[in-house]
This record gives sequence, structure tokens and C-alpha cells, in this order.
Amino acid sequence: MASGVKPRVKVPKSAAAGSAITIKTLISHKMESGRRKDKKTGELIPRSIINRFTCEFNGQSVVDIAMETSISTNPFFQFDATVPEAGEFKFTWYDDDGSVYEAAKKVKIA
Amino acid sequence: MELTRRDTLVVGAGALAATALPFQAFAASHGGASETEMAFTGGAAAKMGGVTITAPEIAENGNTVPVSIDAPGAVSVALIAEGNPEPLTASVAFGPLAAAQNISMRIRLAKSQKVTAVAKMADGSFAKASTEIKVTIGGCGG
Repeated sequence: MASGVKPRVKVPKSAAAGSAITIKTLISHKMESGRRKDKKTGELIPRSIINRFTCEFNGQSVVDIAMETSISTNPFFQFDATVPEAGEFKFTWYDDDGSVYEAAKKVKIA
Repeated sequence: MELTRRDTLVVGAGALAATALPFQAFAASHGGASETEMAFTGGAAAKMGGVTITAPEIAENGNTVPVSIDAPGAVSVALIAEGNPEPLTASVAFGPLAAAQNISMRIRLAKSQKVTAVAKMADGSFAKASTEIKVTIGGCGG
């Protein structure tokens, strides 16, 4: 499912060097578990989920999450990251169908 | 001793039984740690405590249940919902830039059940915590 997928990321614009910041991410996605039935035809709707999410800062990993079918629709994650220097957070979502959704946010040192 | 085909089979079956038995006894002696949990820990026993799992006592809608896990000193955590068709919900690996080993997410729960967070610590040991969540309307289609 490549349509209507929109990543949203909330990162503070600036932070003190070495401090911890809280990051919130949300991506719109149906996360079809493969267990629901089509109400009209009675057939199973095939599984289509985002199976992996990663967050990196200047190439260093913050979190790497392997997602299964029991993650909610529109997957939401909140976590804490350390900001050692000015740079860019890179967020990547990997879809079952091979699509990759990306978002990036720059952070300045206050 | 000369090994015939039959002998080989017998020896093989015996060895298999010998490896399977202690594992079953092990699982029983550790408060019935689930298969999913065992898969994550590689058969090691997880101690209770050291991990905090925060979730509502009653979730009205099983389609989105907010859960947060706090596991100081963990390198990775797995969230397991035993009552779901596929118990493993997510496994989170914390990188060097994770400021704290905590994560909040929203999960699906098929029915009221016990949700367990298992954390792998930096020293290779495992810790876990569980909480009961009551679900009024189940998720996962059904």
C-alpha cells in the first residue's frame, strides 16, 4: 500500500549538546493484519504492514524496531534520544511491499 | 560396533528425546514462560523486575492500546501479548544514541490478557514484567 502514507515526526528544533530529547513519530498506514475478512466477498484481506522502523542521528542508531501484525493502525512511537552535536535525525519505515517511507529533521545546538 | 541404518535411527531418536526432555522440564519450572518468550531469550530464564510496563488497566478499544516500556540498561526489549493470534508484538533494539531505554507504542489486543515485556540487558541477562489488560472490544478483526 503505497497510497496515503504520510509520516509525521515531532522533534524539537534545537537542544543543548548532550541532552536528551523526546521524539514522537506517527505514520498513517492501515497495517492490515491478514486476519480480517472482506465483508462483501468473505475472503481474507492479505497482510500488508510496515515491518520495520528505524531512527538514526548522523548515521548512529537510536532505535530499531521490528514490528509485527499486532501493532495498531497508524503506528505511533515515542522514545528518547541523545543529541551529541548538531545534525539530522533520519526516520525510515519499511513496508511489506518493499516501499520505504522516509522523514528527516534537523536539530540545532542551542 | 557396526552402525546399521536402523541403529542410526534409534540413536538419533534417543538423542532428540534427551534434548527435548530437559527443555520441557525447564519451561515448566520457570513459571510457564511462553514459547515466544523463550524464542526471544534463547531459552534463558528472565527474572521478574527491572522492567516497568505502563498500560491502562481497562482498554475500551483493543485496536489501539497505548503501552510504554521502561527498561533501564536494556539493549533490546520484546513486547509479547500471549492472547493474540501472533503473540510477538514488536522487538525494539536500542542504539548508542538512545537517551533512555524506554519506548511508547500503540498495540492491538484480541482479548483481555496478560502482556509481557522481556528485556535483554547489556550483560546478557534477561528481565521481564507483566501486566493484565482488560479489553472491552477486541482488535485483530475477528
